[in-house]
Amino acid sequence: MKSFTKVKSIVTPFDQVNVDTDQIVPKQFLKLIQKSGFGKYLFYNWRYDSNEQPISDFVLNDSKYQNSKIFVTRDNFGCGSSREHAVWALQDFGFSVIIAPSFSDIFYSNCFKNGLLPIQLDSKIVDSIMNSSSEIEVDLESQTITTEFQTISFEIDPHKKKVLLEGLDDISLTLEYENKITDFEKKSNVPSVL
Amino acid sequence: MSKTLSEKIWDSHIVVEKENGPSLLYIDRHLIHEVTSPQAFEGIRMNKRKVRRPDLTIATMDHNVPTNDRSLPIIDQASSIQIKTLEKNCQDFGINLFDINSPYQGIVHVIGPQLGITLPGTTIVCGDSHTSTQGAFGALAFGIGTSEVEHVLVTQALWLEKLKPFEIRVEGKRKNPFAVTAKDIILSIIKKIGTAGGTGTVIEYTGEGITDLSMEQRMTICNMTIEAGARAGLIAPDEKTFDYLRGRKYTPENFEELVSVWKKDLHTDPNAKFEKSFTLKIDDIVPQVSWGTNPGMTCDVTDTVPDPKEFAKGDLAQQKSAEKALQYMDLKAGIPITEIQIDRVFIGSCTNARLEDLIAASRVVKGKKVSEKVSAMVVPGSQMVKEQAEKIGLDKIFKDANFEWRESGCSMCLGMNPDILSPGERCASTSNRNFEGRQGVGGRTHLVSPVMAAAAAIAGRFVDVREMDLN
Ligand code: SF4
Repeated sequence: MKSFTKVKSIVTPFDQVNVDTDQIVPKQFLKLIQKSGFGKYLFYNWRYDSNEQPISDFVLNDSKYQNSKIFVTRDNFGCGSSREHAVWALQDFGFSVIIAPSFSDIFYSNCFKNGLLPIQLDSKIVDSIMNSSSEIEVDLESQTITTEFQTISFEIDPHKKKVLLEGLDDISLTLEYENKITDFEKKSNVPSVL
Repeated sequence: MSKTLSEKIWDSHIVVEKENGPSLLYIDRHLIHEVTSPQAFEGIRMNKRKVRRPDLTIATMDHNVPTNDRSLPIIDQASSIQIKTLEKNCQDFGINLFDINSPYQGIVHVIGPQLGITLPGTTIVCGDSHTSTQGAFGALAFGIGTSEVEHVLVTQALWLEKLKPFEIRVEGKRKNPFAVTAKDIILSIIKKIGTAGGTGTVIEYTGEGITDLSMEQRMTICNMTIEAGARAGLIAPDEKTFDYLRGRKYTPENFEELVSVWKKDLHTDPNAKFEKSFTLKIDDIVPQVSWGTNPGMTCDVTDTVPDPKEFAKGDLAQQKSAEKALQYMDLKAGIPITEIQIDRVFIGSCTNARLEDLIAASRVVKGKKVSEKVSAMVVPGSQMVKEQAEKIGLDKIFKDANFEWRESGCSMCLGMNPDILSPGERCASTSNRNFEGRQGVGGRTHLVSPVMAAAAAIAGRFVDVREMDLN
């Protein structure tokens, strides 16, 4: 996984609560067997009309936000299906940071596995960030967001921070504990299913 | 120290514990399906790794599979590739697969319990959010993403943040258990606590309203726990749990020994502390119908479509989302639910396609005909359910009423196979998600119980199933 550094860009304001992963990547695109190339399907049913033409007032079709790397949204983002395709699509589209007052549990965890940084902030602060029209900078190392007017700090679990900063591979880390897993198996008596 | 049931299961599975960080938990059962596993196997191959415990892993194909004649080839190329990819992965890594021709094929959360793979006190994961279904057996069962699927395949363990225990007590007994079902109980709970009400928690369901339910009904409750935002839901095992599991295909040989341990251990201690609690009185519950685009947007069948302003109770973001929902659903505030006409009926999904669900729906349907304006289908949750249903003649009852009777799979719950709604079509569905486009782009989903769906099929609109004549 690529290591996470600082990100500076304007924000894409996505002013909706309870955005579910069925909207982030509709099911018709879940049939692919690779991880890449999902950006073109991001919010597909909201981005395109039935003739596959871009819907002009949908925020991701606004050229203003073309190079935005920071997605700002409302409560309970990423609820519903566990599909990791949602994270792959947001990333492939160009986002590296998602800011919201709250995330659904599985989506939140999926972000870290792919180097996408989810930041949870008080909804009033999210409001102010959503309305900022100039660039903001997100610095994971110092856990701060710097806008034109203020510097905001955010919380993140230290282990998750380390994994992102160093771009670590979760599985290699776990394999360092292989002996412990083997020990556990020796004393556990769960019957197999083969 | 007093502990809740989920804390006991958690503690007994810790492989590595860190202060203030996630713990490495051992996973007893890993179920996989065709949609969320290909990239995980790809990662394993790329890194030249192995599957650690193929003997604790079970695979089936459910999301993509056609539900019509199984002897025909799969026309959709992408689906066919995904299905073949799962076959190859299972073969290469020695994983037991119930493929499209297997009598054990079915929706992954339906076959786990039916095969006795789901056991009390175990940890169970699957790359699918509705894994929570299996918590009905007193297991800690939850959905994971594809990266975690890969992690579990390689290590048989998972790093997890502790989930907060949340008690939902359901008090009282249902006066009309035929019409007021487990689906109505869980929809009422979600309506009250909201779709994010359970975020960061594992819900334990307690009280007479829960112990009174059959295992299949308990599964409906735990299934939709994820729709309240909780990662997992569980119910302490009792005699009903053990009776259900006795003599199944993979029920362990030392089952009775295990039962005596489970009886001793698997309950929440009297003084254990939940971090959150909520009580629902069952006497007030009537059949539910969803009107919006998330499962929290639900009301009584006797109600009218709510006004977004009143629904949001001053929360502007919620109000906006309710307004958008009404627009998408093409509904106006103030219309009685029973005046909403429907085009399609889907009885299926991991929420409500087990044998009891089909028996109940068949009682509403028997001797009647589906409304001429409606096309209706029944998709059993597994081939085992289908076979049992056919043995007692349910297929005939449904077919005589002009329902289609299909092979098992996820089908129109999410429409990855050919079973989808056309734009603008309105469906009474026994599934779990009424998200925009879930059953087909532009399709409109109303979540209901199997008996309510059956009643709507006959009437061509929603009706209060308490008022139907039954056979
Ligand atoms: S039936 Fe629906 S909810 Fe259940 S596993 Fe299949 S797609 Fe998911």
